[in-house]
Amino acid sequence: MKWFVSQDVIKAPIQDILERGSGQKVRRCYQCGKCSAGCPMSFKMEHLPNQIIRMIQLGMEKEVLSSQTIWLCASCLACTARCPREIDIAEIMDFLRRRAYLKRVKPKLDAKVLLFNKVFLWNVEWFGRLYEIALIGMFNMFSLEFFKDFSIAPKMFLMRKIGLFPALKINRKEIREIFKRSHKVGLDQKDK
Amino acid sequence: MKYAYYPGCSLHSTAKEYDLSTKEVASALGIELVEIPGWACCGATPAHLTVQSLSIALPVKNLLQAKNMDAGDVVTCCAACFSRLKIANHFMETETEKRKEVEGIVGERYEGEVKARHFLEVLTKDLGLDKLKTKVAKELKGLKVACYYGCLLTRPKGVTGIDDLEDPRLLDDLMGTIGVEAVKWPYKTECCGASFSLSKTEIVLKLSGDILEMASDEGAEAIVVACPLCQSNLDLRQGMINKKLKKSFDIPIFYFTQLVALSLGIAPGKLGFDKHMVNPVKLLKKKGIIA
Ligand code: SF4
Ligand code: SF4
Repeated sequence: MKWFVSQDVIKAPIQDILERGSGQKVRRCYQCGKCSAGCPMSFKMEHLPNQIIRMIQLGMEKEVLSSQTIWLCASCLACTARCPREIDIAEIMDFLRRRAYLKRVKPKLDAKVLLFNKVFLWNVEWFGRLYEIALIGMFNMFSLEFFKDFSIAPKMFLMRKIGLFPALKINRKEIREIFKRSHKVGLDQKDK
Repeated sequence: MKYAYYPGCSLHSTAKEYDLSTKEVASALGIELVEIPGWACCGATPAHLTVQSLSIALPVKNLLQAKNMDAGDVVTCCAACFSRLKIANHFMETETEKRKEVEGIVGERYEGEVKARHFLEVLTKDLGLDKLKTKVAKELKGLKVACYYGCLLTRPKGVTGIDDLEDPRLLDDLMGTIGVEAVKWPYKTECCGASFSLSKTEIVLKLSGDILEMASDEGAEAIVVACPLCQSNLDLRQGMINKKLKKSFDIPIFYFTQLVALSLGIAPGKLGFDKHMVNPVKLLKKKGIIA
């Protein structure tokens, strides 16, 4: 893919914002490509991890935040473990997703990971622990894949791999309070 | 030896057999695991993809809970929980500014003082393999396995720091101690796609399929894991993988605790083998490990 990168884009502050928020020195990257070489998800990505780093250096925030790549990253940390410039690429991916979440930028094609995260966290906020039936049920409902995993679900019940009731004995009020305060604080996303 | 036990959500649902076998092993070896009362979810991957403060505050809440019970280090069996607990501790130790905000969220002071451990470390380091060897009642001879560590047990460097990043050996050495042969293979730390189990199942099928294929090519008859997410992707989805990739893998996926338990002479009936999708009993019988 070819881009024309204008002066305005190059002057965009995303590199500084990201370096401040995530503590990662993006400008140290010398594009060796080692992160992409070991990435298990690269076969599905439209921009490889090293390209994402380069795009940040070039100020291309919009393209990066709306890319599929950041949502395809599996957080496996292979890139982080191997980068010769000691850049925590996985943390950068995290930062970008949190920024996309905050700015309500959705990926162009597939938003299923976003939906899963939402349903998962809602589940924890409400029950304190994962309540699998509610998780699977809600995810399938909202993603319109009602019969997904229908072949293994009954067997899982029989083997009591998924319980019928949510866990008790958790101070749910406290957990909900943590959720509420966390959303207010946010930590790494202070720059607009 | 006494620890505060953090099972995590999976060990109370899809990975009950891991919980069962861990408790059996612990009690046989005189390791006391006291479950943290009222523990909550660590937030797993969705939290750190969404709001950073939440992804730190949830593990910290649990670590604080453990601190108050005064049972020593926190021990967990889930590689993903382990990673979140370790990352939270590292954050609270090093990010002196942001730490205060997290303390505000949980309402208590905390500087990463409660250590988080994986049960694999407890066996191999705290107890030690020499000591374990003296307790082995029956070596599990003749079984060839691939030890699969997955992503999160060893990474990131300097945070979990339990073993070598590219060629970890803890599981291999543990298997050696109980008489199991661990094959050499290159996929020890490949990713199974764990966090995409529901949201991008087709990717999980490919990544986990590759792992099964490599293990079987290298002559492994079973895979040994230390993470409930790895186990469920490789075991629960093995049928779907076979269908999708037109293969006929029949590879049991053991938790290391199940095999250690067998070597200690614990009855197989107590280890939850009936909760596996790929029946492991056949292989164990064939090898004369169980009757
Ligand atoms: S491995 Fe590090 S230095 Fe090499 S391209 Fe990736 S981020 Fe840049
Ligand atoms: S953490 Fe993400 S970007 Fe890095 S190697 Fe894993 S999947 Fe690829």
